[in-house]
Amino acid sequence: MSIDLKTIKHISKLSRISVDDQKAEKLAGDLNSIFKFIEKLNELNTDKVKPLTSVAETTLKLRHDEVKSKDIRNEIIKNSPQDNEDYFVVPKVIE
Amino acid sequence: MSDITKQSLSELVKNIKEKKLSSKEVTKAFIDRSEKSKELNAYISEDYSSALEKAKKFDEKPNLDLKLPGIPMAVKDLFCTKNIRTTAGSKILNNFVPTYESTVTQNIWNEGAILLGKLNCDEFAMGSSNETSFFGNVQNPIDKNLVPGGSSGGSASAVAGQLTPITIGTDTGGSIRQPASFTGIVGLKPTYGSCSRYGIVAFASSLDQAGPMAQNVKDCALLQEIISTYDSKDSTSVDFKRNEYSKDLTKNIKGKKIGIPKEYRVDGMPKEIEELWQKGIQYAKDCGAEIIDITLPHTSYALPAYYIVAPAEASSNLARYDGVKYGFRAQGENLIDMYEKTRSEGFGAEVQRRIMIGTYVLSSGYYDAYYLKAQRVRKLIKNDFDEVYKKVDAILTPSTPSSAFKIGEKKDDPVSMYLNDIFTVPVNLAGLPGISIPAGHDLKGYPLGLQIIGKAFDEQNILNIAYAMEEKIGFKNKINDWWIK
Repeated sequence: MSIDLKTIKHISKLSRISVDDQKAEKLAGDLNSIFKFIEKLNELNTDKVKPLTSVAETTLKLRHDEVKSKDIRNEIIKNSPQDNEDYFVVPKVIE
Repeated sequence: MSDITKQSLSELVKNIKEKKLSSKEVTKAFIDRSEKSKELNAYISEDYSSALEKAKKFDEKPNLDLKLPGIPMAVKDLFCTKNIRTTAGSKILNNFVPTYESTVTQNIWNEGAILLGKLNCDEFAMGSSNETSFFGNVQNPIDKNLVPGGSSGGSASAVAGQLTPITIGTDTGGSIRQPASFTGIVGLKPTYGSCSRYGIVAFASSLDQAGPMAQNVKDCALLQEIISTYDSKDSTSVDFKRNEYSKDLTKNIKGKKIGIPKEYRVDGMPKEIEELWQKGIQYAKDCGAEIIDITLPHTSYALPAYYIVAPAEASSNLARYDGVKYGFRAQGENLIDMYEKTRSEGFGAEVQRRIMIGTYVLSSGYYDAYYLKAQRVRKLIKNDFDEVYKKVDAILTPSTPSSAFKIGEKKDDPVSMYLNDIFTVPVNLAGLPGISIPAGHDLKGYPLGLQIIGKAFDEQNILNIAYAMEEKIGFKNKINDWWIK
């Protein structure tokens, strides 16, 4: 399998990373050598193997729904990209 | 006492407890040396004046019952520190100041330690040489223009160069053990679930673990005992009975069964590494351990599987950096354009590469062939370990397939860079603990490490083996302070 420039452009769109033609060429080269390396996995027949999603064999614990962080409004607002005492002001993200 | 920075953590703790040294003296000594060591570029952010302030306060009313009484310490810049800039080595978080503290660092401050600053690392911990950091290369104290390894490169350089008595790093595929090996120090990657991931900038959530990096095994055990706690804020934190690792540390490993996996004898591995490994086997025998040949048949598939699983998780985790709520934002003609430019300008080349790989393997039509396949292979790798642990207590391997390389040497060849982690990655995929200890030098005088891999939650056992072997090895790091004028 080989990743062509059209595929790179498609992945870049999905990743929300802008890629110009020069960068796309470089990425295609890099990704092809990486995927050539990854394709070693095809040597293995894994049809009967269950996928491992987590090594920590824990079940999620239940806990009481308590408020633990109180009066942290000002702290949270500190990371607001725009200065505004009362709100966390961000660009419009929904039409 | 003139050689404060030469002392190990345990010695410093003892001297402060016996009031032979004050916290201020110790803190000042490490700040002075850090100031003289700017050429190493180990720090991203310094917090020296507030560190001195805290040390002074500690000395006024010293609580000597604490485990790290007034001990100054710099930490990897992947741990969120309240009100201190946390960048993850990335331009996209260049201006990010967390309003909360990671559990692991909080555990350290609770025992009396004082933050010196935040240490350089590969961007979002993606790299094996610290060359992907937005804040520039880190120098290895061993030699000029030598990489310290990565991603915890600043952490390794700072401990080896005595800029901090001890530190913490994170390890997703080898990011504690490989730099520890490259700089001649000890680094422990704990069992997945041992240390809380709360407040650590996420890279690959099913693999990431924080762990100690130290000058010796005893110091490493002490810090592990402090940072490993059950934490309800991390749903993968495991509630198991933790040892007092430093107190329970013993050199008596008589009768321990140590496995030697033949698959770690890879093509093209330098003769020096094979010789080191053989020496290690002899040391283990001398300590009374029993050596058993074992097989981990799927070892060579670990790295390819890792380069699907880790980028897939990274692409999801890093989706949050969109320029909207915090961090760097580029100007765009419309919303989509703003997203795309922010991420293109805010992330470096390696991070973009991994996001693209991850996005691709998770995309429609490729999920089964790549992502699911990799998770199945991950299961086979874990099965390999489960099988051998019926017969042995631990496994001994080299830490890396080579010693440290020159800055720039592997930068343009991602696959050859990835091969650095060939011996460390299987441990992360299986969620096991692994420790790298310095064990010798190559012909250039660069340090080489040996890795001891344990059963899940059996940190005490590999610390004990490391402790016993450390004494037999008698390693001395060859550092001539070349960067200090």
